[in-house]
Amino acid sequence: MMGTAVFYLVAVVGVVSAIAAVSHKNPVVNVLSLVVTLFCIAVSYALLGAEFLAAAQILVYAGAILVLFLFVVMLLGAPEEPPAGERRPFQRAAGLALAGITAAGGVAVLAGIRAAGPAGAAQGTADALGRLLTGPYLFAFEFISVLLLAAMVGALMLVKRKH
Amino acid sequence: MTVPISHFVTFAAVLFAIGAAGVLLRRSGISILLGIELMLNAANLALVAFGRQHGQLDAQVFVFFVMAVAAAEVAVGLALLVAIFRKQRSIDVDRLNVMRW
Repeated sequence: MMGTAVFYLVAVVGVVSAIAAVSHKNPVVNVLSLVVTLFCIAVSYALLGAEFLAAAQILVYAGAILVLFLFVVMLLGAPEEPPAGERRPFQRAAGLALAGITAAGGVAVLAGIRAAGPAGAAQGTADALGRLLTGPYLFAFEFISVLLLAAMVGALMLVKRKH
Repeated sequence: MTVPISHFVTFAAVLFAIGAAGVLLRRSGISILLGIELMLNAANLALVAFGRQHGQLDAQVFVFFVMAVAAAEVAVGLALLVAIFRKQRSIDVDRLNVMRW
């Protein structure tokens, strides 16, 4: 099946680039690897029938948010992490162990799920989502604009140079 | 649609764990924010997969809101990092101890 092959391809590519995104020492490589992972997630959305979200994922995340990250990396002169002056050597082992427990727990709980409800035929088109957003979720939708405005003003205040 | 839902949510769980590892292991502020982004996206993917299982679109509306909140969070977080870098000339979180008593 075409869709099956595509999903396993993007799953492998997504996991590999996610590992590169959190483990590589160069911040520019981190950001660009995360772009690849987010594209893979967008493909998964499309396979799940969420067409509008797949487009929004590429526009908002890969297009806007990670460009913002790239701007800041460049602005700060792409600071490399200093070679680890391991003051607390147990930190790395503890962090890896905690992440491993998270992965094992998540996979153990989620992999056993069998489709309980009817496998939905609901298609996440822009039409259907727009009707929901301007209908039952109208207040939350409008409130998001207030949140974004507050975040914009806050970000400007934080980086404004004091005279 | 032949891929079972459990494979999508397993993919999401693995991505979440990788993001958590990034947050726990890295010391650069930018890498920590990237790890948080990865965790948010993994949670979004799980939401869409479960919404598909129940045949409802509300999950996708929720993911839309999560995306908007994540955009706001990144804008403020990166502004904080820039402000901290101007003051301390470093974004190594081990050296951000001015609030420690």
